[in-house]
Amino acid sequence: MTEGKTAPMNIYLSCDSAAKSLGAEQVAKAITQEAEARGLSVDLIRTGSRGMVWLEPLVEIDRGAGRIAHGPVTPDMVPALLDGSAETLGPVDTIPFFARQTRLTFARCGITDPLSLTDYEAHGGLTGLRRALAMTAEQIVEEVRTSGLRGRGGAGFPTGIKWDTVRQAEADRKYIVCNADEGDSGTFADRMLMEGDPFTLIEGMAIAGLGTGATKGFVYIRSEYPDAIATMERAIRLAREAGWLGLDILGSGRTFDMEVRVGAGAYVCGEETSLLNSLEGKRGVVRAKPPLPALEGAFGRPTVVNNVISLATVPVIFEKGAQHYADFGLGRSLGTIPLQIAGNVKHGGLFETAFGMPLGDIVNDLGGGTASGRPVKAVQVGGPLGAYFAPHQFDTPFGYEEFDGAGGLIGHAGLVVFDDTADMRGMARFAMEFCAVESCGKCTPCRIGAVRGVETIDRIAAGDTGAVEILTDLCETMKDGSLCALGGFTPYPVMSALRLFPEEFGMKEAAE
Amino acid sequence: MSHQATTAEPGEIRAIIEAERHREGPLLPILHALQSRFGHIPEAALPLIADALRLTKAEVHGVVSFYHDFREAPAGRLTLKLCRAEACQATGANALAASVLDRFGLDWHGTTPDGAVTVEPVYCLGLCACGPAAMVGERLIGRADAARIDAALAEAGA
Repeated sequence: MTEGKTAPMNIYLSCDSAAKSLGAEQVAKAITQEAEARGLSVDLIRTGSRGMVWLEPLVEIDRGAGRIAHGPVTPDMVPALLDGSAETLGPVDTIPFFARQTRLTFARCGITDPLSLTDYEAHGGLTGLRRALAMTAEQIVEEVRTSGLRGRGGAGFPTGIKWDTVRQAEADRKYIVCNADEGDSGTFADRMLMEGDPFTLIEGMAIAGLGTGATKGFVYIRSEYPDAIATMERAIRLAREAGWLGLDILGSGRTFDMEVRVGAGAYVCGEETSLLNSLEGKRGVVRAKPPLPALEGAFGRPTVVNNVISLATVPVIFEKGAQHYADFGLGRSLGTIPLQIAGNVKHGGLFETAFGMPLGDIVNDLGGGTASGRPVKAVQVGGPLGAYFAPHQFDTPFGYEEFDGAGGLIGHAGLVVFDDTADMRGMARFAMEFCAVESCGKCTPCRIGAVRGVETIDRIAAGDTGAVEILTDLCETMKDGSLCALGGFTPYPVMSALRLFPEEFGMKEAAE
Repeated sequence: MSHQATTAEPGEIRAIIEAERHREGPLLPILHALQSRFGHIPEAALPLIADALRLTKAEVHGVVSFYHDFREAPAGRLTLKLCRAEACQATGANALAASVLDRFGLDWHGTTPDGAVTVEPVYCLGLCACGPAAMVGERLIGRADAARIDAALAEAGA
């Protein structure tokens, strides 16, 4: 028996693209070189991210007594890390940001090697799918309904009801389409999940197939996520080779297979009907509903369109039981939500927790306030189509209905923090500009309204305060008259900025 | 715009179309494969795709022109993408973009006269907790500043 420095050492380092963007590859190279130079037996395991982005690249070293965290690490710190003399953050699961989470959907993310089938099963993977294989389609759908799971893409539609519509539809073929077109600024949960625990999405989609009678799945991933695309493609191949997908899943005689489709830089394709058009090889324009995609979706067949997080949460619901999941949360927002704390924030990252945490706690306790150290001015919740919230609204609990009641939406649960230097009229203008750039062009309120919105805000900027009324009226038209959330929700950031900061629009007091 | 479609042989284009044609909804996979091979969608490919998928040339053009990713002419040898979305704006993306564009003497989508670098806006790379974000070729840069972008450009040979 040897001890101390010569004992075998497991080193864990994230291969998540946020970690890579902060130098994880250079750190990995330094670890390998230094270990080789010293003749050390080191096993460098690349994992997903723990979600503590401000600590990335986060290096965890296990010398036999658990994983001890160091971060953010630079290559020049590597000799001290291997000596055991580097400053440490302590055991990684005692870091408050991590310890305070309820990790259900992200239970394995950051812990396992994302592409290890063995790791996946050793940490509870496939338990849910095995259980679902012993159930009828009706029972599967009922389990999802009982869990209270709602669409995590933003609209919050009950997942079980959507599945049941597809289950009951008669068709020669049905599809499961995973919406991985995570285009909202401030959100990265889908990316982190696909890069850090891709098999859980595969398992969730397979269960969705069993519950609805669909035998084919597509993961539509935005092209801005090359790492997630590569990881999902490798994971699907591995799962197929292992018999988790294909003609005979886990030897059950049941069929489900899937493939990755890559988007092409159109934000509007995150809207489910334009995503379906894009998948079919058409322009990504929005379709009018009805027909619902659940009845006439991909290639005219009944289709479940769910967000990555919705589908990736399904395995843990089947593993631990619907009631276990439903016991978290508040009101009609059951279970957990991966909050993505972003923008000008000290401790940015992903924090999975039960619904209900007040907005201010998320921003100040978890996020630690702004990175710049200046006062928080506003927080945009729910992506580019989400409303701004000011500190006096920080007691709003994080839930679908609660945010709706406060004039906003939780969307995909991204929060972007701004300090007091933010130009809110500029942000309102940007929201309109973004809508103009990304509009699919099908409906007039969005296509023309967004362009007029930019012009109207420019008039206000030039001192024409009378244009505020025009802007307000325009926002009403866009909200009521647009076909989808792009034109329909762009008024949220614009009007909330105007309501909260009227003086930046040349007004003396609150508009309206 | 100078089209360099002369380098794209019809035989090679047909082979790329054939390789993806079996898929359900094959048009986007075909366009991605063409762009990855030629750096843009060659004009000469449109009638060939239309023919293979039984579409009109106008329908194919409509799809190519709808998506921001597909280019009708090649970009510079290296593409620098700068995120313009809200989370990056909260951490200084506007000032960073202004300084980068100013230094290259370019506007968005512009290419340097020597054909080395094209600067494109991007709306979110999913690096929202470590902005501002940039991408040099395939390489992501979190907490980007002028120095880190320059270093990545130099390393990529621009």
